[in-house]
Amino acid sequence: MSDFALILVSTILVNNFVLVQFLGLCPFMGVSNKLETAMGMGLATTFVLTLSSLCSYLAFNYLLQPLGLEYLQTITFILVIAFVVQFTEMVVRKTSPVLYRVLGIFLPLITTNCAVLGVALLNIKKQNGFMESILYGFGAAVGFSMVLILFSAMRERIAVADVPTPFKGSAIGMITAGLMSLAFMGFTGLVNI
Amino acid sequence: MLSIVLTAVVALLGLALVFGILLGFAAVRFKVEGNPIVDQIDSLLPQTQCGQCGHPGCRPYAEGIAAGEAINKCPPGGEVTIQALADLLDVEAPSLDAEHGEEKPKTVAVIREDECIGCTKCIQACPIDAILGSAKHMHTVIASECTGCDLCVEPCPVDCIDMVPVDKGLAAWHWEAPKPLNIIATDSASYHGADAV
Repeated sequence: MSDFALILVSTILVNNFVLVQFLGLCPFMGVSNKLETAMGMGLATTFVLTLSSLCSYLAFNYLLQPLGLEYLQTITFILVIAFVVQFTEMVVRKTSPVLYRVLGIFLPLITTNCAVLGVALLNIKKQNGFMESILYGFGAAVGFSMVLILFSAMRERIAVADVPTPFKGSAIGMITAGLMSLAFMGFTGLVNI
Repeated sequence: MLSIVLTAVVALLGLALVFGILLGFAAVRFKVEGNPIVDQIDSLLPQTQCGQCGHPGCRPYAEGIAAGEAINKCPPGGEVTIQALADLLDVEAPSLDAEHGEEKPKTVAVIREDECIGCTKCIQACPIDAILGSAKHMHTVIASECTGCDLCVEPCPVDCIDMVPVDKGLAAWHWEAPKPLNIIATDSASYHGADAV
């Protein structure tokens, strides 16, 4: 049980996918202009990441490994992720048109979010079990959502702040992201997973 | 060697086939009729079909809003509608665009029937068919259907259509005017009636 808690702490804080492992930076910069959008993106990513790490675990352990096709893992995971994202899009579109509108183009873009593929590949590399894989994916997504929401809240403030002209827009966003990353580096060594 | 390649191809094809079938099933199961957001926007618009937004009706404007048009072009709906649309679409609520008209209290059209010449021009103008009548016969407005869009006032050749405000909501409520008392007997209609006889 404490293993599971450690995995969560590790993925959310210590080895945060965005700020420490630098995965999923595109939505981190792209969807963080508004707090509501960031929350929607965080929710969608959490759902997709958890589901896709589960599906890719199943695909690897019950399809690729018995057939000795481990070298096909990348293309298989891309297939799995594309399927999960497409499925999520259909469900969201039916159940919540407003969320669908808020997410807009970003929902299909989760397909190319490298954090999603990264989690699937890291799960195999770390030889995580069934529950560990799901928790690893869920923790990564929670960490991603948390950082995204924190960052978007900051950017909303920065947007109205008196920033020197050369730093306006994305530049100050990058600097803020760097400072956040430095802050998260402070967790290094807290957990060894 | 060949069998390895064959296994790989078959395994990937099989996986793709399973996913394809699942997605095909989901496409049927979670089918969306039309654009649900357009229906939601349309239900918030006042349905006057007045065309002041520049669209031929409320539904086309709802489709326009769904495609990214400004939400402040509806004078009959006024600030209430703009606020409701802003809540639905999660955007800032702008004030009403004066270019498309100003917010007025809700009205209904009333035809002064003794002046109507039966030209049917107002019937053709009415977007919701709330005017009854035929050529060279008196027309009248079905008050419960009239949306108060003003579109029938302009075409009337004898200007016999009035827009009468209807009481609606707390803002328009007022005390009833006191009824005239017949203190003096000669003022009453019955007295004159009796006098005539």
